Amino acid sequence: MFQCQERYDVIVIGAGVVGCAIARELSRFQLDILVIEKEDDVASGTSKANSGVLHAGFNVPTASLKAKTNVDGRACFEQLHQELHFPMRIDGKLVIAKNDEELPYLEKLLAQGLKNGVKGLAIIDHNQIKHLEPNVEGKYALFSALTGVISPYQFTIALAENAAQNGTHFLFDEGVTECRPAAGKEESNFTIVTSEGNHFKSRWVINAAGLAADKICQLIGEDRYTVCPCKGEYFITDKVPPSVLGRPIYPVPPKHGAGLGVHLTVSIDRNVLIGPSAEYCDSTDDIQNTQATMQVLKNEAYELMPVLRDVPFIRSYVGIRPKLIQTKSRENFADFVIQPNQKFNHFIELVGIESPGLTASPAIAKMIVDMIGAQEKLKNRERWNPERKTTPSFHTLPVEEQVKLADQDPLYREIICRCELVTKREVVDAINNTLGVTTLDAIKRRSRSMMGRCQGGFCSTKIVDIMIREFGIKPEAIRVNNKQSNLFVGKIK
Amino acid sequence: MIERNVDVAIIGGGPSGLAAAIAAKRSGSQNVLILERNNFLGGILIQCIHPGFGMHLYQEELTGPEFAARLIADAAKEGVEYLLKAMVVDLNDQKELIVDSPQGLIKIKAKAVILAMGCRERTRGMIGIPGFRPAGVFSAGTAQNYINMQNLQIGREAIILGSGDIGLIMARHLTLEGIHVIGVHEVLPYCSGSIRNRVQCLEDFGIPLHLSSTVTDIHGKHRLEAVTVAKVDGKLQPIAGTEQKIACDTLLLSVGLIPENELARKAGVKLSVQSKGAEVDDHLETSVPGIFSCGNVLHIHDMADYASNEGLTAGQKASEYASHKTQKVQNFSVHSGEGIATVIPQFVRQDTREVEIKFRIRKPMYDVQLQITNRGQPIHTRRFQTLLHSEMQLVKLKSTEPLDDLKIEIVPISQPNAR
Repeated sequence: MFQCQERYDVIVIGAGVVGCAIARELSRFQLDILVIEKEDDVASGTSKANSGVLHAGFNVPTASLKAKTNVDGRACFEQLHQELHFPMRIDGKLVIAKNDEELPYLEKLLAQGLKNGVKGLAIIDHNQIKHLEPNVEGKYALFSALTGVISPYQFTIALAENAAQNGTHFLFDEGVTECRPAAGKEESNFTIVTSEGNHFKSRWVINAAGLAADKICQLIGEDRYTVCPCKGEYFITDKVPPSVLGRPIYPVPPKHGAGLGVHLTVSIDRNVLIGPSAEYCDSTDDIQNTQATMQVLKNEAYELMPVLRDVPFIRSYVGIRPKLIQTKSRENFADFVIQPNQKFNHFIELVGIESPGLTASPAIAKMIVDMIGAQEKLKNRERWNPERKTTPSFHTLPVEEQVKLADQDPLYREIICRCELVTKREVVDAINNTLGVTTLDAIKRRSRSMMGRCQGGFCSTKIVDIMIREFGIKPEAIRVNNKQSNLFVGKIK
Repeated sequence: MIERNVDVAIIGGGPSGLAAAIAAKRSGSQNVLILERNNFLGGILIQCIHPGFGMHLYQEELTGPEFAARLIADAAKEGVEYLLKAMVVDLNDQKELIVDSPQGLIKIKAKAVILAMGCRERTRGMIGIPGFRPAGVFSAGTAQNYINMQNLQIGREAIILGSGDIGLIMARHLTLEGIHVIGVHEVLPYCSGSIRNRVQCLEDFGIPLHLSSTVTDIHGKHRLEAVTVAKVDGKLQPIAGTEQKIACDTLLLSVGLIPENELARKAGVKLSVQSKGAEVDDHLETSVPGIFSCGNVLHIHDMADYASNEGLTAGQKASEYASHKTQKVQNFSVHSGEGIATVIPQFVRQDTREVEIKFRIRKPMYDVQLQITNRGQPIHTRRFQTLLHSEMQLVKLKSTEPLDDLKIEIVPISQPNAR
């Protein structure tokens, strides 16, 4: 898809939301940029598997990098939404105190939020909770008006596609195995070697490898960091109308936990996400759901919102937080690390970018531009286009617009995915995506086909048929995500 | 937007929708339109290339596609109109439909609507099997489509979870297509499919059936590498220490079917908690006047022939409604007692004196008596040595009085009068 060159000005390692936000921000300038990703698509790790919440910024300690990038990042989203056309909804959120004993926690959050410069915060009582969310139980709540919901993978895809439209190259299915600083004075020149044996030279290396950030640091001899994977399991329910649940609902978190507690998030597509749990695990690959945690999630969700018992689950998933500390106490806080390496100042380290990393990513990207800009003059790219073109999501449009689209384009006249009402136009455009990724997960995340209540039981067969017959893809080349995930062994006869 | 009026709009062109269209035409409706979301008629029959269809409707054994071809030919003979690749995206209680179709968006106003959308399979996500989420885990019907419709080989070594009829048929079919079936696991202590399928699909091929056994873990981050199976106790919970890891690259799930009633919900049709389909009277009319329901969208059938038979009733009654020969009247609840899982219809019209009751029980029962009473008086009893949960039961009732207090229950034979 991308004709990679031998030399780049900047190589970004990792195509999560942070790597893609950085690539998009750097694409404003006259720089040759390559993003290298070991998985098959952008947003294939932590960035795809979280709550998709745009945090307002009251959960993080004042004066930390987390607080600054969270608040600054949140302020970028209205404009990003205008430019990149990813789905976003700002309906606020509630942190629920079940009783008087939990009220001081809300007051602490409120005070911290005000210090962090967060607007739109208020503590509300039982009646006001019931007015906003009739199905939620609680005595008091902290209401945050600026908290919102996005699709974390569609946001990442939007950033990446816009970067690609502005000249950024992407390389998928290749991990970085070596990063060699040039000998002698040319410390700013790096040779990157990938798992496929490809060599690239770059003046700058941005380590946005998320869960593997410590391993990438070790490639240049930097061994100060240990990323501790911390698992978060989730359930997804079928869609619920806004009258059932309208906005994210968080509990007062358990005292000795690594996360914000099991919460309920109405996703951008109006499914309810239940989770995440928080358990340290041994491997950054450990994306397994476990029987015990799934039971805990159900119990806690039903306590927050009893009517959820009647809503069927459609899937479960696991995201892993790249934590810098491994501790059972929340007192120990590790801030984001965003800085040039001490020895090699053209190697920028981003380590421990966990929550609120999704919200913070636009601000983090601007910090990286400033770091590079401090050492060299960045020239604006001519005709940089902030606008990403995207295929309209047919079923979300008013009927008059649907009629117009269907009149113009026959591919809008066929629904492929019955559960999410995705048309053939959306599926075909997803297969033809800007980044050239043709795995089923890539098509799913771009079009929402295969994501509904039948989990692709019906539409995956139609999509496979389109891929084989209209795109000439061989059955044995069809995979769900990475190179080992083939769906078929071939033809039967 | 194109607008048109029809007498009877039928949503779904599978075995029940086709039969409904045929019956609506035969009952005198002029303008009968099937809206089918696939690019062919016949629904799921087309991928069911095994025999076992048509015995009730055509008195001979046919394959799924043969059975569909008969229905399609009959529909053509009656002059039934149909639209393919036509997905109904909206339906309201005024019987107005919005359809996305090759002609563009169409607004259809129908005098009567028949819901015949069929069902979907329960998924792994719904039943919440822990573990990784790799390629190689398929619902049985999806696998059947890939194999029979697209000639695609989904794997080499398979485990099947669920002994419903689809699971059993796929066990045989995988074997015939050269995919080794290691075993079929069923969480319940009895087989969920019919005896015939158990014999013809498993025993004849030497495929082991493991009862009270389920999949508790899925291994392999990208493509399935193995599953863990375990025995379960009386509460269907896995028993620690009985786990066994089995290498395989394919897991087929045949863990139940769910009527696809999203459109019914949009139209405000009242749904039954038990059957997950609409609540209907003996005309198969739902809580919304002029909207009827039949086939697997109403309740899960074990025979396509029965779904078609139900379609014939719905088609006739919808046609009569469309031509004002009948209208919605007051109706009475059918009460279901001990042992009954689902019963159709849930209501009997006040003018009805003859009704066909279909019911399913929760679990296999032995030496029991079916007892149906009206106003406390027995009007039908029947003894069963064996009554299987996998088989839908049909009972025809006739009465000279209004059937205004029907109750259906299963009682042990040793106490025939027990309540």
